[in-house]
Amino acid sequence: MTPLDLAAIRADFPLLAQEVNGHPLAYLDSAATSQKPQQVIDAEVEFLTHTNAAVHRGAHTLAAESTDAFEDAREAVAAFVGAGEGELVWTSGATAGINLVAYAIGNATLGRGGEAARRFALRPDDEIVVTESEHHANLIPWQELAARTGARLRHIPVLDDGRLDMDAAAELIGDRTRIVAFPHVSNVLGIINPIDDLMALARSADAITVMDACQSVPHLSIGLPATGVDFAVFSGHKMLGPYGIGGLYGKRELLNALPPFLTGGSMITTVTLDEAQYLPSPQRFEAGTQPVSQAVGLAAAARYLQELGMDAVHAHEVELERRMRDGLREIPGIRLLGDTDAAPRVGLAAFAVDGVHAHDVGQFLDSRGVAVRVGHHCAQPLHRRFGLTASVRASASVYTTPDEVDRFLDATGGVRAFFGAS
Amino acid sequence: MSLESLYQELILDHSKRPHGFGLAEADDHTGTSYQRNPICGDEVTLRVRVSEDGQTIRDVTWEGQGCSISQASASMLVDLIDGVPREKAAELIDGFREALRSRGTIELDEDVYEDAAALSGVSKFSARVKCAMLAWVALEEGLAQTS
Repeated sequence: MTPLDLAAIRADFPLLAQEVNGHPLAYLDSAATSQKPQQVIDAEVEFLTHTNAAVHRGAHTLAAESTDAFEDAREAVAAFVGAGEGELVWTSGATAGINLVAYAIGNATLGRGGEAARRFALRPDDEIVVTESEHHANLIPWQELAARTGARLRHIPVLDDGRLDMDAAAELIGDRTRIVAFPHVSNVLGIINPIDDLMALARSADAITVMDACQSVPHLSIGLPATGVDFAVFSGHKMLGPYGIGGLYGKRELLNALPPFLTGGSMITTVTLDEAQYLPSPQRFEAGTQPVSQAVGLAAAARYLQELGMDAVHAHEVELERRMRDGLREIPGIRLLGDTDAAPRVGLAAFAVDGVHAHDVGQFLDSRGVAVRVGHHCAQPLHRRFGLTASVRASASVYTTPDEVDRFLDATGGVRAFFGAS
Repeated sequence: MSLESLYQELILDHSKRPHGFGLAEADDHTGTSYQRNPICGDEVTLRVRVSEDGQTIRDVTWEGQGCSISQASASMLVDLIDGVPREKAAELIDGFREALRSRGTIELDEDVYEDAAALSGVSKFSARVKCAMLAWVALEEGLAQTS
C-alpha cells in the first residue's frame, strides 16, 4: 500500500486552492458532496466536446462511439464495486436507486412481473426492518412501501455509543421479516456497521437486503457481491464524480426477476398498444434518456480512486478521523456523537457544542474558511435519539490534509467564547 | 462581511435572554402559528393577541428552539410589534422580508425597526435569511387567523 501523495492529489482539485472569507479554504464537507478532480471535469468536457450523441439508438458513428463510452463507463464503475455484467444500473443517485427497488417491490406486490417477481411480493403483516441511524433516503421509501402494501416497518435501535443494537436486531429479524435495509456506514456517526452480522440475520430470515453504500463506496475497498447483499446503492457526487448519477447494484438474477419502476423508451423489446416486453437488467431499469456524460465522468472518478488505491484512501481518512476526534475530545463543551473505539470508522465526526446551535457553529467556522455541514444531515430520527435537532459534521476525503483538520479544531475551540456560552 | 457584524452583541443578548418567551393562553382573540426551518430544525411557535376590535396587536408570545439568529429575531419582533395597529404590522413584516431578501442592498431603519434593525446584516448571508424570517412568518400567519 502506497500512502497518498497529498500535494499531488490537491493539485488535481482546482477548487480547493481558493480563499474563503480571507482564509484558505478547509473543505470538510465531503460526506455531503466531494470535490471533483480535474480528470473528472476533463472527462466530461472531452466527451461533450468530441463524442456526444444519443446512446443505444441510431446507426451513425458518434452514436456508436457514445454508446461505447457509456457502456465502458458502466464497466469501469462496475469493476470498481466488483459488480458483474448486468449488475450495475445507472440511477440519478442513491435516493433514486432505493426508490427504484421499493417501487419495483410495490409493483411485484400488485402482481406485476409475473411468477418470477412473486418472491418480492409483500403481504400485510410482513415486516420491513430498517435502522434508527438511517439517512431519510433509506427510510422514507420504506415507510411509503409499508403504507402502500400493509407491511409493518420496524427499526433496529442505536445504542448510546452509536453502534447498532445487534441483540435487538437478532430479536427483530425473524419469520415475518421480508426486507432488511441498512446503511453500510452511518452518514452522521461514521461508524462502519457490522454488515456480516446483519447479513447473517437477514439470510436466516430469507429476507431481501438493501444496503445504502453512499458513505462506504467512496472511502473503503469494497466488493459489493462479496458482502452478499441483494441490492446496494451509491451516489456519484460523493465519490469525486458528477451530480445526477449513481449506481444501483443488484444480484443479476434478482434484477432480472424484478419488475420495472420507471417505464418508457429504451427499456423494452416489443411494444404493442396494449402491452410491452422488457429488456433484462440493466436496461430494464433505465427508461428514457440517460445521464451519459455524467456516467463518463463517474468512470473517471472510479479510475482516479482505483489508482490511489482504496486501502490507502481508507488509511488516510481514518488517520484524519482520529485526529478530529482526539482533538474534539480536548475541547470543553463538545459532545461527540457515536464516540466509540469499539467499531471501525470512516473519516467523519459529528458533534454538538454545548450552548451554541449547530448553525451558529457552522457560521463561525465559515468565517475562518472552514466548511462543515450543520443540521440534521437528513437523519432526523437519529438526532432525536440523541436528544438533538442538529449537529455539526466534519468529513474528510482523499484531498483532506492534517493541517485542515488542525485549523478546524483550532476554530472550533474558539466557538464557545465567541458566542459567550457558559 | 465580518462575523461580528452578523452576530452583533444585541443579537447575542436577545438570543440568550429572549423577550416574550413562553406562550400565553389562547383565546378568541389570539392566532397561533408553528414555523419550522426544515434545513436546520429551528422552530418557533408564536401566538399573537389582538384587541377586541381586531385592529391592534396586544401582545406576542412565543416558544421555540434554534440558532441565535432565529431566537433573537423572535425576541426583537416581540419588542417591536407590541401595541402596533394591524395594518402597520403587515407593513413592517413586508419591509423586513424585502430587506432580508435584498442581499445586503436594503438596510433596515433603526427608527422604524428598533433592535430588529440589527438583523440587516443577515441579508448578506443567504443561508440564514430563513432563520431570521421564521418568527415574522409565524406572526403573519397568526394574524391571519384573527379578525
